[in-house]
Amino acid sequence: MELYYYPAHQLHQMLVKKEIKAEEICLSVLNRVSQVEDKIKAFITLTHEQALAQAKKVDEKIARKEKISPLAGIPIAIKDNICTEGLRTTCASHILENFIPPYNATVINLLNQADAVIIGKTNLDEFAMGSSTENSAFFTTANPWDLARVPGGSSGGSAAAVAAGETILALGSDTGGSIRQPAAFCGVLGLKPTYGLVSRFGLVAFASSLDQIGPFARNAEDLAWLLNVISGHDPLDSTSRVEAPPDYTGFLVDHVRGLRIGVPREYMLEGIDVQVKQVINQALAKLTALGATAEEVSLPHSKYALPTYYLIAPAEASSNLARYDGVRYGFRAGNAVDMIDMFKKTRSQGFGEEVKRRIMLGTYALSAGYYDAYYLKALKVRTLIKQDFEKAFSSFDVLVSPVTPTPAFKKGEKTGDPLQMYMSDICTLAINLAGIPGIAIPAGFINGLPVGMQLLGKPFSEGILLQVAHIFEQNTDFHLKKPDLK
Amino acid sequence: MVPEYETVIGLEVHVELKTNSKIFCNSTTAFGGEPNTHVCPVCLGLPGVLPVVNRKALEYTIRTALALNCEIAGFSKFDRKNYYYPDMPKNYQISQYDLPFAQKGHLNIELNGNIRRIGITRVHLEEDTGKLVHPATITTSPYSLVDYNRAGVPLMEIVSEPDLRSPEEARAYLEKLKAIISYLDVSDCKMEEGSLRCDANVSVRLQGKEEYGTKTEIKNMNSFKSLQRALAYEVERQIEVLGNGGRVIQETRAWDEGKGITLSMRSKEEAHDYRYFPEPDLVPLVIDRQWVEEIRASLPELPDARKTRYQRDYGLSAYDAARLAAELELAEFFEACVKCYPQPKMVSNWINGELSRLLNLHNININACPLTPPQLGALLELIEKGTISGKIAKTVFEEMFNKGKDPAQIIQEKGLIQISDEDALIKIVNEVITQNQKVVDDYRAGKDRALAFLVGQVMKVTRGKANPELVNRLLKEKMQ
Ligand SMILES: [Zn+2]
Repeated sequence: MELYYYPAHQLHQMLVKKEIKAEEICLSVLNRVSQVEDKIKAFITLTHEQALAQAKKVDEKIARKEKISPLAGIPIAIKDNICTEGLRTTCASHILENFIPPYNATVINLLNQADAVIIGKTNLDEFAMGSSTENSAFFTTANPWDLARVPGGSSGGSAAAVAAGETILALGSDTGGSIRQPAAFCGVLGLKPTYGLVSRFGLVAFASSLDQIGPFARNAEDLAWLLNVISGHDPLDSTSRVEAPPDYTGFLVDHVRGLRIGVPREYMLEGIDVQVKQVINQALAKLTALGATAEEVSLPHSKYALPTYYLIAPAEASSNLARYDGVRYGFRAGNAVDMIDMFKKTRSQGFGEEVKRRIMLGTYALSAGYYDAYYLKALKVRTLIKQDFEKAFSSFDVLVSPVTPTPAFKKGEKTGDPLQMYMSDICTLAINLAGIPGIAIPAGFINGLPVGMQLLGKPFSEGILLQVAHIFEQNTDFHLKKPDLK
Repeated sequence: MVPEYETVIGLEVHVELKTNSKIFCNSTTAFGGEPNTHVCPVCLGLPGVLPVVNRKALEYTIRTALALNCEIAGFSKFDRKNYYYPDMPKNYQISQYDLPFAQKGHLNIELNGNIRRIGITRVHLEEDTGKLVHPATITTSPYSLVDYNRAGVPLMEIVSEPDLRSPEEARAYLEKLKAIISYLDVSDCKMEEGSLRCDANVSVRLQGKEEYGTKTEIKNMNSFKSLQRALAYEVERQIEVLGNGGRVIQETRAWDEGKGITLSMRSKEEAHDYRYFPEPDLVPLVIDRQWVEEIRASLPELPDARKTRYQRDYGLSAYDAARLAAELELAEFFEACVKCYPQPKMVSNWINGELSRLLNLHNININACPLTPPQLGALLELIEKGTISGKIAKTVFEEMFNKGKDPAQIIQEKGLIQISDEDALIKIVNEVITQNQKVVDDYRAGKDRALAFLVGQVMKVTRGKANPELVNRLLKEKMQ
């Protein structure tokens, strides 16, 4: 096996034992990128030189017999809505096409402190609004398992890069499924942490009360290592939790005896592909065989998650995206006759269709006369959805469901019908509304396409989710399968 | 019969808090500076940045609210006020909507001896905006520039109830508010630098009516004087409109200082829909009761208390005590003078008299004049000792005010020492009596005014330096 498909924790051992150099890992990944990137198109910006320089620095540390941190020398790809100082951060939007942040997101500072090697910025749906990367203003990323299909979204570039061996690890962001859905479509692991576990400082906001940065990897242990680095309180983010997180690698024990699994009825109803249900049932059978118990549970307000989400997220987005007006930075339309005209032209030309659709939805939901009927009501339903989960977690340790109703769909299949596109996130939206953690792990295949299983836990129970993912992995080989990219 | 109208005014006052750093970031709040140098990614609203509340700004707001007798909320939150204007980096302002930090307070104003209680509706905290800079006027400039140095400076908004009944009351309210805030030391309160700003809601109604008339909002009043002038104009305008059978339109009007009129800016129909919603980047604030009580315990003596103390301990009149207490610096100056020269009434007379007259004449603040309390004390001592007369003292005082010199030095330089030497004066008195025999006869005939004339003649000869009491006595003795 080539280095680019090795697990991060294994590469770390090899570095420590001086069996390989960080430069070799980096070159392996960069070579892989040059071989397959034409087909995958996962990256908006690549950082060859900086990556190699960073890798060499790690080699020098090792040569000086300095202790290196677990992620030192490990290549990682960053979703292009996470600010990187001096490195273009576009959000896959024309309006920020040439925006170079003068500061790093907190997670980038943490990765730099850990000597991780950033190899590039990955494609996404514009401002993370979408489920396929087809809303990127630049290009659509391909699914490594079938190039005619989408990788999912919005963090499609990060998921595809991990699946295709174009990186070892990646960061994405998840507002309604944007990490878990592409992870499932690309057959990798993706974690949406509890709201407040990872700092949002430097993540370009879509919906502030729902956004979380999270890790992608090809195994649970790597996911735990990356989570160890990026989680924790940030004084720059008032919504980040003050309590220090645990060492997540400590949860990677090899049993699930006594684990109580709840299976939400509402996530296994019509709309979910029969074969997907089969995959989930087989996975459940595996877990119960390993000592867990599984029982059906109801989350009665699930059916309101989609409309609730599509009021709250666009409302916040309409305000968050107001700053892109051409005055201070980013794209400014020419030939404006006055200030208002400049605003209108800049935003009309700078934003794509889906972004404009959501800005309009959100503006409407917050407008005088509609606020109570839409936004306020959505906030109330959000509380009910949260209570559903609280109630379920009083009887169960984790909940298990599909990540998506179907495996990856074809490019262009849903672009004409926004509602159909929104439906592909039906199993993931409620998790952001409730603020709880969710992980997507490879659980099987349908016609050569990966199918993901979603594990949900109570707030700040990422450790248990990683434990279940780890045990499932120890007893299956879905996560080891690689797409054929000749 | 001409109908009688009652004026109804409520004020919205914005106060920039003098914290070291801005409300949601570490940028400095220092006034001035090259454009866009007191900024950072947060107050520039760059993509991905987040606000963090400056606890000092919160403390200052609670401090003010407590001084205004408000109820402090146990649970409060920030909201976003959405509208597009380039002086706002995010195109929304972080403000407070339905759960402000404080509500239901009041302050007392005193006008012509009457004390009235004015209700305070709410006190909340928000971020200030930047400002647009135009090379010419706003309509004729080919472009605008924007300076974000003030963007994100903590701004406290204090809204009064519509309890004010005249432009004079509105002014008295604003002056009282300014005094209280100065005492609390939470703002510079400089109207000319924009750290204290005031908008007014004005309406009129027929005397005795319950319901309010249609109100207009008046903006752009940059001094106490322009507040009073603008309101007086607006009240008269509304009464005239109603008197002509017209209707007052609900709108925002700008005060034009030069023309002395208010002009329509925008009507109610054009008003913004701010689409307020809870700020998701900041967690709601649970305000610790103990902290509030600590702030309450640390409140300084406020203007009303100080006024009472001056009346009680120093025996000053209500009027004099109020004038001194209205301005913290003046009150501090007064007390420093009393320490040097412990005759408060005398000190008060000089401060509220000559000193105030000169401060007004030169339009400066007490801190800007070079005169020191020990110097004023020394001057009063010289008067008491009879070294100079009260009249000469005024000349000396003016010189002290302008140059900051000690009174003894001025008296020396100008030869102003009072003649209290009997032997020296008796000669002059004799001369005056000899030269004005007719007037002396008048005096002896019982015309009291004749004495004043003779005193004046002695003063003339001595160029005002003669001790007036001594001259009086000597003249009387000689003419008996
Ligand atoms: Zn700043």
